[in-house]
Amino acid sequence: METLERIIAEHPFFAGLEDGFTNLMVSCASNVRFKAGTYILREGDPANTFYLIREGKVAVEVLAPQHKPIIVLTLSVGEILGWSWLLPPFQWKFHARAVDDVRAIALDGKCLRTKCEENHDLGYEVLKRFAQIMEQRLEATRLQLLDVYAVR
Amino acid sequence: MTTMATAITTDPMLPQPYSVRQVAKETPDTFTLRLEPENPMNGSVFQPGQFSMLWVFGVGELPISISGDPALHDRLVYTVRSVGQATHSLVNREVGDGVGVRGPFGAGWPVEAARGRDVIVVAGGIGLAPLRPMIYHVLQNRKDYGRLVILYGGRSPRDLLYRKELATWVRNRETQVLVTVDYGGLNWRGHVGVVTTLFKYSRLQPASSVAMVCGPEIMMRFVTRELEMHGLSCDDIYLSMERNMKCAVGFCGHCQYGPHFICKDGPVFRYERIRKLLEKYEL
Repeated sequence: METLERIIAEHPFFAGLEDGFTNLMVSCASNVRFKAGTYILREGDPANTFYLIREGKVAVEVLAPQHKPIIVLTLSVGEILGWSWLLPPFQWKFHARAVDDVRAIALDGKCLRTKCEENHDLGYEVLKRFAQIMEQRLEATRLQLLDVYAVR
Repeated sequence: MTTMATAITTDPMLPQPYSVRQVAKETPDTFTLRLEPENPMNGSVFQPGQFSMLWVFGVGELPISISGDPALHDRLVYTVRSVGQATHSLVNREVGDGVGVRGPFGAGWPVEAARGRDVIVVAGGIGLAPLRPMIYHVLQNRKDYGRLVILYGGRSPRDLLYRKELATWVRNRETQVLVTVDYGGLNWRGHVGVVTTLFKYSRLQPASSVAMVCGPEIMMRFVTRELEMHGLSCDDIYLSMERNMKCAVGFCGHCQYGPHFICKDGPVFRYERIRKLLEKYEL
């Protein structure tokens, strides 16, 4: 059976993280499961967790009045769901729904924020990793907005 | 008489008469046409990645990539998006109607250079059409190639080409097919996001891979950047370029791209040859 420590240490998001920091992560982590179709997080709710997806696919959605939810992105194995726990006002900006049965590691954002405040080296490591994800998603969103496959 | 006939058929400016044998709707605005030569003695041999000039009599001539199986020499298959008068007229041909065909022209995909290596196909929108002959070739010569990875991005689920084939290709040995759309409805269970987001699921082995990319030029710029980030050398990346081709044999200069003619030197280029040109918006 895989331990939380090993799963976190082997996750691409935490690649190269010092063992001591990995142990701190483990103290904020737990295994979670979501059935297909259930909402993992909802816009406006307090954002106190983020997820390392281990199995299944998650759709990030925007709800528009009198409109079906719009899927803006899907996330799958090896990816991170949620960064709103990191910055004020600590509220989710989107909905996230399990497309398939999802297995993930939930990391307690509140717990991690406290540890990052106490240990700025850990805080910098966490922030660097999230900044890279934000940069990748911003670039992908810009390309998506260009609507390159439309007839010109 | 024989000499005369040979001379006529080898004149690259002279269209050969073909008949439409089938028109299949792929998406609301894209159709696949199967053409067969009116003279069965005229074979239809081409290399994956090459294109033809299709003459719609009374309307005009169009450069269209060949999207069919290169092993079938009795036909030429084209996938055409109806976006203007000539393409609209072409996709509205009926079975039995005539079309003039010149070609095939240009440099195709690196069939030989890719032998023994993993083939990474990255397509956006109708860019899957020129890549399909290469996919057929790899699948028919499976032992000659390593893994086949197909990464395909489309605008929405209804805009995806060859949906049935995508579902069958994935069943082949050592073949991975990943499809994503920019805008997915709630019934879509695949990926949503741009094609570059698929790379992280593809388990690329950069040292033993050759990448072949076709799609809108902006998308290809982002894709090449991503491929390089994953460790692929720019010598192992090939792009299919598109410009306004007229003569198709490098005489007229309509498709000049820096020092190259797309029709004659391309449409498939090694990325290293054109990477600087891709950054110039004037071209």
